[in-house]
Amino acid sequence: MSLTPEVVIQIAQLARLRLSAGEVEMFTRQLNDVLLYVAKLNELDTTDVPPMTHVLDLTNAFRADVVGAGLSPEAALANAPQQQRQAFVVPKII
Amino acid sequence: MTSSWQHLTMHEIQSLLHQREVSAVELTNGFLERIAALDGRLHCYLTVDAEGARAQARAAQEQIEAGRAGPLTGMPLAIKDVIATQGLRTTCASKYLENFIPPYDATVMQKLRQAGAVILGKVNMDEFAMGSSTENSAFGVTHNPWNLECTPGGSSGGSAAAVAADLCLAALGSDTGGSIRQPASHCGVVGLKPTYGRVSRFGLVAYASSLDQIGPVTKDVTDCALLLQAIAGHDPQDSTSAPVPVPDYLAALQQGIEGMKIGVPREYFQAGLDPEVEQAVRAALRHYESLGAQLLEVSLPHTEYAVAVYYLIATAEASSNLARYDGVKYGWRDSQAKELMDMYTATRSQGLGTEVRRRIMLGTYALSAGYYDAYYRKASQVRTLIRRDFDQVFQTCQVVATPVAPTAAFRLGEKIADPLTMYLSDIFTISANLAGIPGISLPCGLTSQGLPIGLQLLARPFAEPTLLTAARAFERTTAFHSRKPPLG
Repeated sequence: MSLTPEVVIQIAQLARLRLSAGEVEMFTRQLNDVLLYVAKLNELDTTDVPPMTHVLDLTNAFRADVVGAGLSPEAALANAPQQQRQAFVVPKII
Repeated sequence: MTSSWQHLTMHEIQSLLHQREVSAVELTNGFLERIAALDGRLHCYLTVDAEGARAQARAAQEQIEAGRAGPLTGMPLAIKDVIATQGLRTTCASKYLENFIPPYDATVMQKLRQAGAVILGKVNMDEFAMGSSTENSAFGVTHNPWNLECTPGGSSGGSAAAVAADLCLAALGSDTGGSIRQPASHCGVVGLKPTYGRVSRFGLVAYASSLDQIGPVTKDVTDCALLLQAIAGHDPQDSTSAPVPVPDYLAALQQGIEGMKIGVPREYFQAGLDPEVEQAVRAALRHYESLGAQLLEVSLPHTEYAVAVYYLIATAEASSNLARYDGVKYGWRDSQAKELMDMYTATRSQGLGTEVRRRIMLGTYALSAGYYDAYYRKASQVRTLIRRDFDQVFQTCQVVATPVAPTAAFRLGEKIADPLTMYLSDIFTISANLAGIPGISLPCGLTSQGLPIGLQLLARPFAEPTLLTAARAFERTTAFHSRKPPLG
């Protein structure tokens, strides 16, 4: 499986990234190097091997459903690039 | 006398503080002066909180005088800039978070503050902990104190270099594929990656959530035990933290290793391992034998697949975790963008560095429709095989001993243009993260160029006491940990 520049541009769109022409060329080459390397996993027969979902034998971790201290609206908004009337401001979407 | 305190360990300083030979305020001021004098050459710190540190030191001194001091009271520490510190800038060495001020403390920070520690500041790293050299920081590289032309390793390069250069007494790092152990090895200090779930990840900025762990970077094994004791334990805020009681790590330092079975996996001593590193590690193994341990040659047959598994699983998790950097709720935003999708894309493309975008791309591809089974699922299956290898070996051995890295510290710029070569420098540390087991790195020699070499010890889940016993037994009978970089 070899990545073309077109596929690299498509992945960038999925990841909400924009690449310059030079970056498309560089990422195509470097991602192909890595994919060629990881293809060595195909040497292994994993037919009956379960995928690891968690390294510990933990199942659902429950805790009591009690109200604790949360962030104030001011604290939650303090790092926002743009805010107004206790809300995050974003470019118009409709 | 002031200049000599900084070279001591936390457990040595403790008695000086308690005998009033030095005050917590003098101690902190001494470190702040040393940082001002030396960090221009090393660039360990991204943020120094002189005012906050002095206030914490004054509070610590009151505790000492009131007879309420614990082992960490008044100890000046450095924190990797991936751990949230309330009110203190936390950048992850990313342009995107350059001005981010966390509104809360990570659980480990709450524990350190409760223990009376003094936080000197936040230290450099590869952006979002993605890298093995600290060269991926958006704010400039950190230099290795042993040779300023070399990298300190990474991603916790600022933590390891600051401890090695006595710019703090100890530090916290984080380890996803070796990011505590490898820089500790390259800087000649002690670094421990705890068992997955041993230390809360609440407030640790997520890179690869199934692999990330916070751990200590210290000058010796005793300090490692002290710092681990302070940060370990179950946390209701982290659903993956383990509800397992925390043992007495200091007690483990007193145990002997007579009869301890140490596995030596042949896959870690093959082509690519630098001869000087091999020689130092083999000498360390013979030393263990002379202390009464028994060496067993063992096999971890899936070792050669670990890097491939890691760069699929870690990048897949990263592509999901880093979707949050969208320019809406915090961080940097491209305010020129007029339309929402354009704002997301422009913000992420300019706010995130090249290696971070490379890993997001790889992870996005590995999880994309049609490729999930071939990449992510396959990698998760091989991850099971890697864990089974360790389970097998730990049926007969208490500890597995290996080199930490195939070479000593490499030169700045040497690997940065070739990502795959850089990824392969983590070949000996990655398996522990994939298997969830603990690992410690401790100094075991110097190369002919005067660069530190590290020995890695691994053990079964939650067997940190066994690691500390074995590491301390080596340290007690050798002098490698007391070597200092030629900084003056």
